[in-house]
Amino acid sequence: MSKTKILMITAVFSLLVSGYVFASIDVYPFKNQQLEQRFNHLTEVLRCPKCQNNNLADSNAELAQALKDIIFEKIQAGESDAQIIAYLKQRYGDFISYQPPFNYKTLVIWVGPFLLLILGAMGIFKYASNRQTVNAKSYVETETDTEQREKLAQWAQDFEQDSNSSEDKS
Amino acid sequence: MAQSRRLLLYTLPLALFILMAALLFSGIGKDPTLLKSQLVGKIVPEFQKKTLLNPNEMITNKDIHGPALINVFGTWCPACYHEHPLLIDIAQKEKVTIYGLNYNDKREDTIAYLNKLGNPYSKVIFDENGRLRIDLGVYGAPETFVIDKDNNILYRHVGVITKSSWESKIKPFLFSKNTSKSDNKSPLHKNAAEAITK
Repeated sequence: MSKTKILMITAVFSLLVSGYVFASIDVYPFKNQQLEQRFNHLTEVLRCPKCQNNNLADSNAELAQALKDIIFEKIQAGESDAQIIAYLKQRYGDFISYQPPFNYKTLVIWVGPFLLLILGAMGIFKYASNRQTVNAKSYVETETDTEQREKLAQWAQDFEQDSNSSEDKS
Repeated sequence: MAQSRRLLLYTLPLALFILMAALLFSGIGKDPTLLKSQLVGKIVPEFQKKTLLNPNEMITNKDIHGPALINVFGTWCPACYHEHPLLIDIAQKEKVTIYGLNYNDKREDTIAYLNKLGNPYSKVIFDENGRLRIDLGVYGAPETFVIDKDNNILYRHVGVITKSSWESKIKPFLFSKNTSKSDNKSPLHKNAAEAITK
């Protein structure tokens, strides 16, 4: 490939990339960066009611776009995050938020995992302690045990003697 | 003791399976994308919009008189074409007042649409910027709200109204609850009476 060809390809690609970046930044003209950060945060934690596994930031649905317009207007008008979320919840319900509220309907999802963890820990604890006591209780020294113990001691003695004698030879 | 415990252990997986199967079976046929309307039980929100047919005529929530349907539609919505003939039937044969809420449309497009397919609406609210549909918590078209004589929202239907959903879901709200309030309470009275006799 000639140098000019490579240069041309790079130029075309850089044009494509720069166009894309420009488009994604210039949609909402915020007064300052702090407001823009709030907007980015809100559109990330809020869910699009139309395309249900997208947040507002990721969604291209017409409704998501309209809701983003409203959030932009409200941020520019000086409304707080809580006010904006309340406005949307009033219309689309708790569904709009990825953070479910803590009430009797959502008790299971908030408390359930911890309850399962405690239950599981209790189960394991009970099982383990049970097993230990069973082992301790059922352990009675038998004749075979004594015999094997003596055998083992004998082997150890033999081994020691063997190694000692081999050392002597060398 | 040990035997009954073992029996319990053996039947546990079966019981769990049956429970799971029942749970999953109850989910069959349900639309997981269906959202509950936040406006059911509330009054139609305040608004002020132009009407579709006359840009100089304003329409507000005070011009809405239930019992009626509010049908949310757009000419860009293919399912709305599909629903349209039934709306005309409901308006003409069943004498039901239907208000249209047309959003994100061009005025001339919607007028052409109604000229071609017929107009079931007594008034069409022209929601050019789509803000009223957000106040109503609409997340797609078509959607239909049932309101009573005091403009309270009784029910929200998402998607196309079919003959069966009209008969089974919408009509009962329209023809029983708004006629009189005692109608509304009669099931409760029945229960109370049953409780007393027991």
